[in-house]
Amino acid sequence: MFANPIFRRLCLDNLKRPSMRWQSTLVIGEHADGKLTPITLNAITAAKQFGDVSCLVAGEQCANIAEEVSKIDGVSKVLVSDNATFKGLLPESITPLVLEAHNQFKFSHIVAGASAFGKNVIPRIAAKLDVSPVSDIIGIKDKDTFVRTIYAGNAVQTVKSLDAVKVLSVRGTSFDPAPEGGSASVENFSASVSNDLTKWVGAELTKSDRPELTSAKTVISGGRGMKNGENFELLYKLADKLNAAVGASRAAVDAGFVPNDMQVGQTGKIVAPQLYIAVGISGAIQHLAGMKDSKVIVAINKDAEAPIFQVADYGLVADLFKAVPEMTEAL
Amino acid sequence: MALRILVGCKRVIDYAVKVRVKPDKSGVVTEGVKHSMNPFDEIGIEEAVRMKEKKLASEIIVVSCGPQQCQETIRTALAMGADKGIHIDIPAADLSKVEPYHISKIFAKLATENKADVVIVGKQAIDGDNNQTGQMIAANLDWPQATFASKIEKDGDGLKVTREIDGGLETINLKLPTVITTDLRLNEPRYATLPNIMKAKKKPIEKKTAADLGVDLTPKQQVISVEDPPVREAGQKVEDVSQLIEKLKGAGVV
Repeated sequence: MFANPIFRRLCLDNLKRPSMRWQSTLVIGEHADGKLTPITLNAITAAKQFGDVSCLVAGEQCANIAEEVSKIDGVSKVLVSDNATFKGLLPESITPLVLEAHNQFKFSHIVAGASAFGKNVIPRIAAKLDVSPVSDIIGIKDKDTFVRTIYAGNAVQTVKSLDAVKVLSVRGTSFDPAPEGGSASVENFSASVSNDLTKWVGAELTKSDRPELTSAKTVISGGRGMKNGENFELLYKLADKLNAAVGASRAAVDAGFVPNDMQVGQTGKIVAPQLYIAVGISGAIQHLAGMKDSKVIVAINKDAEAPIFQVADYGLVADLFKAVPEMTEAL
Repeated sequence: MALRILVGCKRVIDYAVKVRVKPDKSGVVTEGVKHSMNPFDEIGIEEAVRMKEKKLASEIIVVSCGPQQCQETIRTALAMGADKGIHIDIPAADLSKVEPYHISKIFAKLATENKADVVIVGKQAIDGDNNQTGQMIAANLDWPQATFASKIEKDGDGLKVTREIDGGLETINLKLPTVITTDLRLNEPRYATLPNIMKAKKKPIEKKTAADLGVDLTPKQQVISVEDPPVREAGQKVEDVSQLIEKLKGAGVV
């Protein structure tokens, strides 16, 4: 077969250096409370740029999630690992599972959304593969060059990974959610994984009927100017009129006005809605890092010098306790 | 339970400084700019000190990787209550090429050498915003990890940690030894008092290099460019609520 020396070299080259058509990506599906987490759809859109997409769905009783993922456009294969070991999606159990999938399928890219889950598990996987991960990417230049922000979004870094396998987390707001329209095969994937290092005890989730903060089309956030937690009621009323999610600045969270999972900013959630209304928020760089890619930004603040007005498309210098109820009334 | 705790502290550009990108797009200007300890690391040191005050911990070793000025960062940690310091000397010129990948290998080596039971680092450094080092230390050691911790309690032979997750909070139990990364809500760091700052001057700081620990600092990534983010166009002030709503309707967002 290898009689012809040129043919022989081509074959060997192909073995050593797989061509683009052999690129294949693994997306680690995220789900909570029996529902697929929307950021997985954004991660799939990013992953499609590298080639063939497989999606891993691990958890306890996750067959319906796998079914849902198989209908997403761009996914060609869903690997399901339905096992109590994966309850709580702890990184100590997900990591060996991903490694075993990688051993079998040799992915070029391993991707997850840059959520609390993705940020927790992606670096552990990378270290186990002895590669340097790239966090929270906002753009893809080519299969090994990525764009991300540093210094609370005050600088944009383009970085080229020199590793054989790229392990990435993806900023959800920078990639559109992948639409339905696929028909992937669903395969059971079992690996001999046990975890005696950690145990998931339970979660205390904030209950809300409003849309989820990171994927809402409209977000209204309150800051220190709200003065107390009860006054957030004003924002909830306005939010209900606009079908908006409610966020907060770190100042409002630290003062105990609202729970910390509502925090928007460098160390909280990154949002990029169609409309962001900042109420009683001065606009510290750490807060701007979490919302400055919003399409339209509105600021309501009584201090005309507040830095938030420098990024706001429409600024209203007014007392929020008058302006917000007036707005709710008028809409 | 008398744990030996290894805590990381990174020297970063102070959080209140507005950074400037270098004209040659190679990075941001760091010379002559105010630096301080990464805020999440301050929280880590505070937590270690509180664990010692509760007799959960016996010794706190604080580590910083970077140029000579990192010794000031270590002194701050010693003044807050850490017992001794280790400075991993990395020249300023090489620092921008060092990734969490390398730092996590250094920490894993130090944790083993110093027989640490707990490694605490901040959830992220506010310069690179990577949020990787703690998770990678845990992987290198095959230890469990508790990231984004907002509460740490003793639980039998292990620890019980409450974590900040997207929908709220989650609780996990961990076996020791373990790696913990701190979130903002874990505690409020104390200020070092003058007598403690004086005492800290007498505490030992050991100086080592990555090579001493057998860690290779060859970059795994290449920074192609660092640029300014796109600037938003200046907006306009509106007179009142009705004008605001009119504008928003015009823009098609309400």
